[in-house]
Amino acid sequence: MLKDEDRIFKNLYNDFGWEIDKAVERGDWSETKNLINKGKEWIINEIKESQLRGRGGAGFPTGMKLSFAPKKVGSRPHYLVINADESEPGTCKDRDILRFEPQKLIEGCLISAYAISAHTCYIYIRGEYFREGQRLQEAINQAYKKNFLGKNACGSDWDFDIYLHYGAGAYICGEETALLESLEGKKGLPRLKPPFPALVGLYGCPTIVNNVETIAVVPTILRRGSKWFASLGKPKNTGTKIFCISGSVNNPCNVEEEMGIPLKELIEKHAGGVIGGWNNLQAVIPGGSSMPLLPKNICETITMDFDSLIKAKSGLGTAGIIVINKDEDIIKCISRIAKFYKHESCGQCTPCREGCGWMWRMLERMSKGEANYKEIDLLYDVTKQIEGHTICAFGEGASWPVQGLLRHFRKEIEKRSHEEPLIKKKSNIPYLIDQHLLEKDNA
Amino acid sequence: MSIKKISENQPKSFEFSEENYKEAEKEIKKYPQNRKASAVLSLLYLVQKQNNNWIPLVAISYVAKLLNVPYIQVYEVATFYSMLNLSPVGKYFIQVCTTTPCMIRGSKKIVSACEKLISKDQNQLSENKLCSWTEVECLGACVNGPVMQINQDYYEDLDESKSIKIIKDLLEDKFPTPGSAKERKNAAPEKGKTTLIGIKNA
Repeated sequence: MLKDEDRIFKNLYNDFGWEIDKAVERGDWSETKNLINKGKEWIINEIKESQLRGRGGAGFPTGMKLSFAPKKVGSRPHYLVINADESEPGTCKDRDILRFEPQKLIEGCLISAYAISAHTCYIYIRGEYFREGQRLQEAINQAYKKNFLGKNACGSDWDFDIYLHYGAGAYICGEETALLESLEGKKGLPRLKPPFPALVGLYGCPTIVNNVETIAVVPTILRRGSKWFASLGKPKNTGTKIFCISGSVNNPCNVEEEMGIPLKELIEKHAGGVIGGWNNLQAVIPGGSSMPLLPKNICETITMDFDSLIKAKSGLGTAGIIVINKDEDIIKCISRIAKFYKHESCGQCTPCREGCGWMWRMLERMSKGEANYKEIDLLYDVTKQIEGHTICAFGEGASWPVQGLLRHFRKEIEKRSHEEPLIKKKSNIPYLIDQHLLEKDNA
Repeated sequence: MSIKKISENQPKSFEFSEENYKEAEKEIKKYPQNRKASAVLSLLYLVQKQNNNWIPLVAISYVAKLLNVPYIQVYEVATFYSMLNLSPVGKYFIQVCTTTPCMIRGSKKIVSACEKLISKDQNQLSENKLCSWTEVECLGACVNGPVMQINQDYYEDLDESKSIKIIKDLLEDKFPTPGSAKERKNAAPEKGKTTLIGIKNA
């Protein structure tokens, strides 16, 4: 288990106060000037060596991302954008950073912005987090008062400003290019890549978009050294991570732990175990709603890091762990996730806009036992038609949970859908019925 | 996508109050000079703040003029984002999260409490015109589920009886204290911390 002094977010539960003075006592903003004076290359190299991977879901190496920004500022200014549009179901880690450790984020913004030669940073926070946004704005004001931000920020000779921008309740704006569109005052429709935001991003300028947690750990990595960070966790899956454990557990909670911790330990030790005991466990969604679920037998041994979960045909995603016990209807749970994606699809690409609704309607019928067994293969086919045929990764996010259900719980669906085709039952269901068959049956 | 109902009763004119106009200018200044359009969301929020939490069509054209962008660009933003209301909502607007993590923790009971106490259908005002409610997707407070948001505040760790009490208070025009209903400390485990136990603020 991770030692308490190795935890980065010591104020995760707000035991000590979020104000800047308390944060400075905890060690934030110490040596910031020296760190910046060591130079851009040193900062980026140090992050590369720490093997930090993005905490927003995709797990892209952060050091590499920062190095994509052009080395010299041309005619267009560079921007740093922080993605605080946390809306993946099961995930609520950024909320606690924004509320209780805002100075870590602000300091991280300054250092990373310096590393990519940006003078301006926009923090895109989801509209529902109104109180969290107020708190963050207050924290930013406090930092301005201490001259940690603004002209010659923190005595580093670097001018730096942070602005807060509220979203308005669109999940898709968590996708980096949709976020940029939204920031430009348009609908949040993802852009085609390439060009990547690192070259053509906000207002057509080079832009680096990063998750809150990723940027908030940067100052601590630089202060304690990349070797320290890399010594935690597993190779290529280093450091610590805030896990959010929700669903059918006795004590749902956020907890910061080492990467590669066994899932069972997380649930049993920190979340007080599954409701009804470990044997009552049905499945776990390990990384926010868009990752495929894992059945109990895999949960026994799986460790929580990017690579092990990919091997198990799932993913770490945002590390939002949703525990589902045997009292819950697994098909209904995934059907609700499908409804979420149906609601949140931006509507730009046809496969996703139409397919998400199809998946939801089929799953809803399957959960009620009103589906035809032939539809199971049809459902799988629909997920495959969506996956990889959309502009952004939302398509994958919507189809993976359904594929996970089909992979591990096909028998459960078959059990409920073993009936002959609906039509012979004279069931009066208005959608997806072969009209020809209907007439014949009536005749 | 969610369906946006545009109100049939539209006011004839809209203008920012002096205070909100200053606020709007401040918001516009956050962005580069030729990128005023970026402030569209914050301005629409200001409209909502001034106009009982909903946006009339005249306000959309007012904002478009203020930002010097075509009407349709503001209109499509207003219809795209789910937090912008295009028809009146209650003074207390209750949003119940019903996505899977909250569903597992029992958000269904909160929904039925809303149906029983406020109005049978979503987005309809209660009889005394004070409250309205709607189901929303993930509010991002999953470990504190089930959650509901009333105007800007989160109410966490609810159960049936506690949510009924909150709704009854609202119907009597009383605003209950936000936060956890179980007096639990933020996102820490309810029955005592498992980490950060002996640590001091240093």
